[in-house]
Amino acid sequence: MAGNPDAAGTVDLVSSTLAARAVPAPVLAGGGAVRMLERNYLVYRRIWPVIISGFFEPIFYLFSIGIGIGALVGDVTIANGELVDYTAFVAPALLAASAMNGAVFESTFNIFFKLKYGKVYDAILSTPMKTRDIAIGEIAWSLGRGLIYASAFILVMAAMGLIESPWGILALPATLLIGFAFAACGMAATTFMNSWQDFDLVNLIVLPLFLFSATFYPLSVYPDIFQTLTQLSPLYHGVQLIRSFTLGTLSIDLFGHIAFLVAMGGVGSYITSRRLEKLLLS
Amino acid sequence: MPAIVQGARVVCSGARLNPDEDELPNNLHPGTSVNGSMSSSLVEARGLTKYFDELVAVDGIDFDVAEGEAFGFLGPNGAGKSSTMRMIGAVSPVTAGTLAVLGMDPAVDGPKIRARLGVVPQEDNLDQELSVYENLLIYGRYFGLSKNVIDERAAELLQFAQLEDRRDSPVEPLSGGMKRRLTIARGLINQPDLLLLDEPTTGLDPQARHLLWDRLYRLKQQGVTLIITTHYMDEAEQLCDRLVIMDKGNIAAEGAPRDLIERYSTREVLELRFPVGTQAVNAARLDGIAKKTEVLPDRVLLYTDDADFAHTKVLEVGLIPESTVSRRSTLEDVFLRLTGRSLVD
Ligand SMILES: Nc1ncnc2c1ncn2[C@@H]1O[C@H](COP(=O)(O)OP(=O)(O)OP(=O)(O)O)[C@@H](O)[C@H]1O
Ligand SMILES: [Mg+2]
Repeated sequence: MAGNPDAAGTVDLVSSTLAARAVPAPVLAGGGAVRMLERNYLVYRRIWPVIISGFFEPIFYLFSIGIGIGALVGDVTIANGELVDYTAFVAPALLAASAMNGAVFESTFNIFFKLKYGKVYDAILSTPMKTRDIAIGEIAWSLGRGLIYASAFILVMAAMGLIESPWGILALPATLLIGFAFAACGMAATTFMNSWQDFDLVNLIVLPLFLFSATFYPLSVYPDIFQTLTQLSPLYHGVQLIRSFTLGTLSIDLFGHIAFLVAMGGVGSYITSRRLEKLLLS
Repeated sequence: MPAIVQGARVVCSGARLNPDEDELPNNLHPGTSVNGSMSSSLVEARGLTKYFDELVAVDGIDFDVAEGEAFGFLGPNGAGKSSTMRMIGAVSPVTAGTLAVLGMDPAVDGPKIRARLGVVPQEDNLDQELSVYENLLIYGRYFGLSKNVIDERAAELLQFAQLEDRRDSPVEPLSGGMKRRLTIARGLINQPDLLLLDEPTTGLDPQARHLLWDRLYRLKQQGVTLIITTHYMDEAEQLCDRLVIMDKGNIAAEGAPRDLIERYSTREVLELRFPVGTQAVNAARLDGIAKKTEVLPDRVLLYTDDADFAHTKVLEVGLIPESTVSRRSTLEDVFLRLTGRSLVD
């Protein structure tokens, strides 16, 4: 400590100016979600390699399943009777699945840690921030990450000639919608979890969704009963949405898929916000 | 030192009694005395009650905290101190009764209240994934402060917390005392009108405690209103202008530390330690020596205005304790008198 032992005492720690006391408008107006993003940016700018790694997962799948299996399978027949190259068929599904995986991982493991161990949210809530700011901010962060991965994957798809329609550009917002739906529900589920064991349950749900959402083959290969079941899978709606865009097979069904995912995200966000309030503001 | 002058100005102006009147300098404002009459409180609780399901954590307590004072809640584990602090901090809904913080209702204006509070929770909740400086930065951002303002204050606060050389260190390896000081620095980033400290020194070694007390004392001198909970009677005596003694969700007594001791205890105490298991037997033979005799599992306390005189009387009776200590009365004795139990168990 430099010479003057009393130097510390001269700090102006008392609220002094009228301006400083006025509460900044954006915070009260709900701009708090942006602060949540800033916080995550501060954390991740140091561990950015973690972010890069998320990019490779779908690419690996694309190369192994899309190209490898595709060479064996050749073409598949889709709902409208068209023949489609298997790689072009499976790539959009892998995009949808990776959007789901990313959102689920971010919204369960990471959020659980912050909620139970890091006490990050407790600290945040002793400021003007609200639970809604946290919920929106965290979901938005997870979406932002997903957006980066999706963009990269779509570029790879385009480079490989797997995007057969200009509608393909809409695959990007579609991955965002999938991310939103899963992040919101993942976070909502996390607020009910008590221990790391509960995450086995997450895997137990995510893996079958990944495998049985008309990801790797058309819905028509199933018997009717399974077709109906598959339609309950949120990932199925995501897969169909993106696949329609990249293959250019638009139909009225799209609105159903979109509505399903929007509803899922809305319900998840609402539950998350309410649960955070109950958990943190008790 | 302009900072001191500035701070002092605020202290003298007795401002901030009514948040709606901020626009006018107080000495020009009709009806507000320059010296800040204590007619209005920063915190006002009436019948304040908190239930967790069936459990009564806070059982209808009344208290007021005036501007500029250091107000304490002294009580043992589970007394309801933290529950009360969290209600004041607008992060825990009030079950019953009324609570006004900075003139506002926490249920309605939570974010507005929190914007003007500094909070040091019982358990440190620093952001483990960020550095010391980043903790201050992001916390300031939560209040909507600009980076420039935060940087300026962070430099001062790091100096105040004696953490300048740890500015870019992660939080995790800091010592308990350092973490505590950082948490306090963080709580000051928004230049709060009221600082809430929940057991600021629990778990720290004596040296770290004294350093922290010194920092808190400086804040007090600058006119920051402090609310402190503690189960250390020495901490309460050192820091608090006024305190309430809390037990099982209720307030047992209220006053300045010295007043409470005068009111509820004698000037001095003679502590006698007898062989294990014989405290009560021996105490029975000391009848009449002290104004009040208290038998604890490990010792006997004689409350008297003259401990030396009492000591000679004890020897006259023919009792030879294993050890004898004579001391001044403390808040611990007040607590014992009021509840029949010790503060720290
Ligand atoms: N979130 C909660 N849910 C249920 N019960 C709670 C909760 N918080 C506190 N309690 C209970 O309320 C009572 C008062 O607790 P509180 O934490 O307010 O006491 P305290 O005076 O701060 O104690 P300590 O000195 O141990 O911190 C205790 O019986 C405690 O178990
Ligand atoms: Mg406590």
